[in-house]
Order: sequence, then structure tokens, then C-alpha cells
Amino acid sequence: MVATIEQAFREQWGRVLAALIGFLGDFDLAEEVAQEAFAIAAERWPLDGVPRNPGAWLLTTARNRALNRIRRDRTLVTKTRLLQVPEEAEDTMDATSFPDERLELIFTCCHPALATDAQVALTLRTLGGLTTDEIARAFLVREATMAQRLVRAKRKIKAAAIPFRVPADDVLPERLAAVLAVVYLIFNAGYGGRDELASEALWLGRALAELMADEPEVHGLLAMMLLLDARREARVRDGDLVLLADQDRSLWDTAQITKGREALDRALALDGRGPYVVQAAIASLHAEEPRDWPQIAALYGELTRLTDSPIVELNRAVAVAEEEGPEAGLEIIDRLPLEDYHYLHATRGELLRRIGRIAEARVAYSRALALVHDDAERRLLQRRLSEVPRSG
Amino acid sequence: MKYMMLIYQGTTPTPPSEEWDRLPEDEKKAVYAAYKALNETPGVTAGLQMQPAETATTVRVQDGKTLTTDGPFVEIKEAIGGYFFFEADDLDAAIEVASRVPAARMGGAIEVRPIVAW
Repeated sequence: MVATIEQAFREQWGRVLAALIGFLGDFDLAEEVAQEAFAIAAERWPLDGVPRNPGAWLLTTARNRALNRIRRDRTLVTKTRLLQVPEEAEDTMDATSFPDERLELIFTCCHPALATDAQVALTLRTLGGLTTDEIARAFLVREATMAQRLVRAKRKIKAAAIPFRVPADDVLPERLAAVLAVVYLIFNAGYGGRDELASEALWLGRALAELMADEPEVHGLLAMMLLLDARREARVRDGDLVLLADQDRSLWDTAQITKGREALDRALALDGRGPYVVQAAIASLHAEEPRDWPQIAALYGELTRLTDSPIVELNRAVAVAEEEGPEAGLEIIDRLPLEDYHYLHATRGELLRRIGRIAEARVAYSRALALVHDDAERRLLQRRLSEVPRSG
Repeated sequence: MKYMMLIYQGTTPTPPSEEWDRLPEDEKKAVYAAYKALNETPGVTAGLQMQPAETATTVRVQDGKTLTTDGPFVEIKEAIGGYFFFEADDLDAAIEVASRVPAARMGGAIEVRPIVAW
């Protein structure tokens, strides 16, 4: 019973809140009455049973509370007549009249007029239903800081009239890219070890894929996240990072890899060739053994063309090194403007070690160690440096 | 919703100046045409034309004494170069109009400020 209720809450929060914001045009009021409705449900459902349509029940309850509150406020102000509200608004809705406005909501939360960290926080709060405290802990900031961030974002939405709607076609591509970037950012924060954020990103990705089924990049992002997340259990052993080549493949979630590949197929069937689709295709190839290095290198080349990112080029260098030998990889690496990027030096170190340039390998690994911030990555680098012979 | 659209010229060539004179004739015409189109856009209330920021005087009061300094409150190239008002349903409409102000693509920027409604 408790599990059913929790599941209903998880599934319904974003949709109920979105419908309330659409109806009320006010984030704060919508959030307050949604919370009240969920609290009432938590009391009543265990006794009365979960209603047939939990979402509609929650929305009706929340909406009635909002209307009562607006009436009360109006009465206080004017002491004359009640706010004119159509009576049917108080009837219990059936499932068909329960609008799904989560897309409108996510485009509002990820509006480029809001700072990126505010977009992320607002998306997790409204769509994901995470508490302010949960979001604060996930991003390692104080709860008061996160609360302030959310308050400011909501204030700006209201004061500047950031619209609650899916953008027009002419701006949709760039605005969708902003939404996907927020989901990807949440996923990446989770990939660094905070599992609940990775799950949250996957959940948002699935919701987007359902709501924007015609957009290849949406399926591409979902596919990429599923494929990367499928290796989550194998990435860390006793708190230490394990490189892909050394991972215990029996720990990979094969069902999830299959789902990731299905999402990738959908993206390709929609003629998707964007950066997320390409990254998903690369992640899919990385899940095969033996790995198809020429194909991986070609896809990284394609991704470089799309993103113009030297970090992607560094990844291509790794694939090229596997296919054509370490020298070919080093030749690419030595052209990259990534002097302060620890992966560049770690990769150089590894390739130099393979061709016996031991002294240079040690220098490269030391340089990587001096630049790294994450403890798990530092231990991995120290382990690899210790495997390089002292003389050569 | 009413917005005040603040135009920051930044490095945008504006008349009268040598930089402006060096602009090709087509480009100058395009700038005038763009401002004319903006002023004719429904919802736009044109601002009054301001003299260059060099002509500004900044006034402060300290211990009851009025202090004046030559020039704008911020650096000259960061000073407001013009403004207009725009009334629209939402911020997306205001962003669209802002993107059509020549300064936005010529080295300056437009700040979109919502006006408090009473």
C-alpha cells in the first residue's frame, strides 16, 4: 500500500503540478496546494484506498484548495462578492480532461532567461518532485542557498512573464537543446556517483521521449543515458573507478542496454544525426566486445564536426590509438588546446607507456595528478602511475 | 506585460562618428530601416532620442552636498544608449523584438526589464 502510494506520488507530482501551474499561472500557489493535496492523500488513501485515477483526484483536490484560497483572499480584500469561478471546476475530473502540461512546464523551467543552475534546480523541484534539501545535497550547496535560488527563479518567471508553453517552431530547436542540456547536466552530476540524480535524469528522459516522440535527439539522449547508466555497477569497485576495458561485464545491466539500443533505433529511424544520437551510437559500440574501433573513431570524428569540441577530439585520439597504434593517437593529442585538462595528460601517459617512452609517461601522469580534483579519479591515476616502470 | 527595452550600444558604430561614416551605405540604411520597423511594431512605444553618453552628468548627494561628475554612472561604453517600451503577452515576444534591435548584432546588447504593473 505504502509502495503504491509512493509510486503514485512519484508518477503524479510533475503532472499534477504542471496542470496546476497551467490553470493558476502561479508557481508558488500551485506548489503549496499540490503539497496540501498530496498530504491529504497520504492520510486518506491508506484508509479509503487509492482512487481509480490518482492524478485526477490529486489535481481536483489541489485545485479546489487553490480556489478556496483565492476566494478567501478576494473576500478579505473586497468583502463583496466571490470570485467568479465556473462550477464545473469543482467537479471530479475524469482522466481525459486531466491535461498533461509537463512539456509546457519543462520549457518554462529551462527557459534561457534563467541561469543554468536555476534551470536545473527548478526542473528537479517541479518535474522531479525533489525537495529543496534533496537538490541542495545533490549539488553540494547549503539548503538556504538552494532555496534562495528557487525563490529567485520563480520570482523572475512571474515578474518577467516567462511563458508557460511549448515554444514556436522557429525557436523550438534551440529551446529543446536547452532542455536536453539540463537533463544531461543532471545525468552527469549523477554519473559522478550521486545515483539518485542519474535516476532522476533517466526519468525525465523517459518522460520527454514519451511527450516528444517525434524528436530524434530526445531519443538519442535517452539512449545515451540508458547505455552509460547500464554500466553503473561495474564502474566502481571498492570505491575505486574501473576503466571500461577492465570492467566486470557480468555487472552490466543487459536489459537496460537493450532498452538503450531500442531508443537509439527509434532516433535513427527518425533520421537523427545530432550530437546525442551520435553519442548514443558510440556508447552502444562501447558495449560490444570486441570493440569496433574504426567505427568508434569515425563517430567521434562526426561528433567533433557537430560540436567542435577538443574533448571529443581527445576521445577520438583514444579510438585511433587502439586502431592504428599509440603514435597515431599521440599525434592528435599533441595538437589539442587542453593543457589544463587532466584526461589529456592521463591519456598521453597511457599511450607513452605503451610505446616504452617511460620517463615521458611518468611526467604526463604526474601532470594529470596535479590537475585532478576528484578523489576516485586521483586514486585511479596514482594506481596507473605506480604501474609505470621506474626506469626505461 | 510591459517591458522597458534598454539599448546598450557597446562597440556599435553610431552617428555621429568616424566608425559610423565608415559603414557601407547599405548597412546604414539597414540600421535606419530596422529602427523604423521596430517603432512600427504593434506594442512598441518609441523612446525619446538621447544625446551621446559623453554628454551625461552624474549627480550624487553626500552629507547633504550635491556632487556632480562628468559622464555617465558607468563607463561610457557601458552606458545606456537608448530605450523604448514594449507591451506583449510574455518574455518570448520581448526577446524576439530585442533581437531585431541593430545594436544587438553590432557589438551591443539589449536589456529587457519588466515594468511593475499596478
